[in-house]
Amino acid sequence: MARITAGVTASHVPAIGMAVDLHKQEEAYWAPMFKGFEFSKQWMRENTPDVAIIVYNDHASYFGMEIMPTFAIGNAASYGIVDEGYGKRPIPDVQGHPQLSTHIAASLITDDFDMTVLNVLEVDHGLTVPLSLMYGAPENWPSKVIPIAVNVVMYPQPSGERCFALGKAIRDAVESFPEDLSVQVWGTGGMSHQIQGARAGLINEPWDRKFMDDLVNDPENLQFKPHLEYMVEAGSEGVELIMWLVMRGALGPKVDEVYRFYHVPASNCAVGHLILTPQEA
Amino acid sequence: MKPNFEPLKDIPGTTIFTIELGQLGFELNQFCMTLRKAENRKEFLADQRAYVDKFNMTEEQKQAVLDRDFQKMLDLGGNVYFLSKIFASDGLSYVEAVSTMTDMNVEQYKQMMLDGGRNIEGWRSKKERGEA
Repeated sequence: MARITAGVTASHVPAIGMAVDLHKQEEAYWAPMFKGFEFSKQWMRENTPDVAIIVYNDHASYFGMEIMPTFAIGNAASYGIVDEGYGKRPIPDVQGHPQLSTHIAASLITDDFDMTVLNVLEVDHGLTVPLSLMYGAPENWPSKVIPIAVNVVMYPQPSGERCFALGKAIRDAVESFPEDLSVQVWGTGGMSHQIQGARAGLINEPWDRKFMDDLVNDPENLQFKPHLEYMVEAGSEGVELIMWLVMRGALGPKVDEVYRFYHVPASNCAVGHLILTPQEA
Repeated sequence: MKPNFEPLKDIPGTTIFTIELGQLGFELNQFCMTLRKAENRKEFLADQRAYVDKFNMTEEQKQAVLDRDFQKMLDLGGNVYFLSKIFASDGLSYVEAVSTMTDMNVEQYKQMMLDGGRNIEGWRSKKERGEA
């Protein structure tokens, strides 16, 4: 049977991807941030999953305003890298796992999650920057990937409760897949950041740290945090953090915290990162 | 459930991209999406007026694009992720473009981020600031 072996959260700031692509990791600005991921890269080498389900959002990269799915799941054999206006990142395409994604999509829809099914998808920094943070710059990504795209760009976004419940349903779907696979779920985005308006540059470290504590230890209450609080306290784009709840829902009631890292700044953002393992696994 | 957009409007210096603004800004955002292609970025930069005239944007939206007035574009329904295609075409980073919406120059803004970012105190509510 397939099983969920770990959960990862990581911010997905586009400038981090550029820093990797342009080999700037050692520069004074970037070194402290990349240092915080050294443990994680080593841990990932020792705990490489067969499949990473990556919960991310598209940033007007693949989806225009014609279609804005609230929840969507990639169901392709491979996913190209989209040009976000700066040229494509020079990284390998992302390989899918169509058998598992077909099973998960069908399972989620049967469980009343009205997923949009993406048989064709190109992925942006929301998905590829966490890959770079966890895996560096390999010739090929060591895990297959199933993208789950969440609308966090246009209000109203799905509620925290719904994201948390989606995570639980992903766990049920994975655990009912007959093949023996190790699967991680990654929640991406955040932490506090605002990249528009006169309030741009907002960072709220105490709020971010409390959010990480609650995500680990008290997600059943954290799921009820309203969008407005994310937007006021963590910045207009801080609402991306609802995607971390999907990861947490997939891990089950109790988790062990393997690793935590927090850093300011990367571009306009606070970077937050967790590695968690489910206690029952 | 009846959606409630009102509390979002009380956040100072912030334009929350709602489904309502998405309607208003549809043509502006769709124009931005065309700039994902290198040949379109080139055509846009070669003759910006001619390029924006190919789209069904309002004159106000077109002028905001030509002026690179990002706050104005937000007010007219643009979303920053869509607008990023404009500043990417100009070769600007997020930090360089985003700082233009604040009262700081880019060096001051970068320094603020290095110092830990903008402190939230005083930035939670327009009412609290006497702006509403």
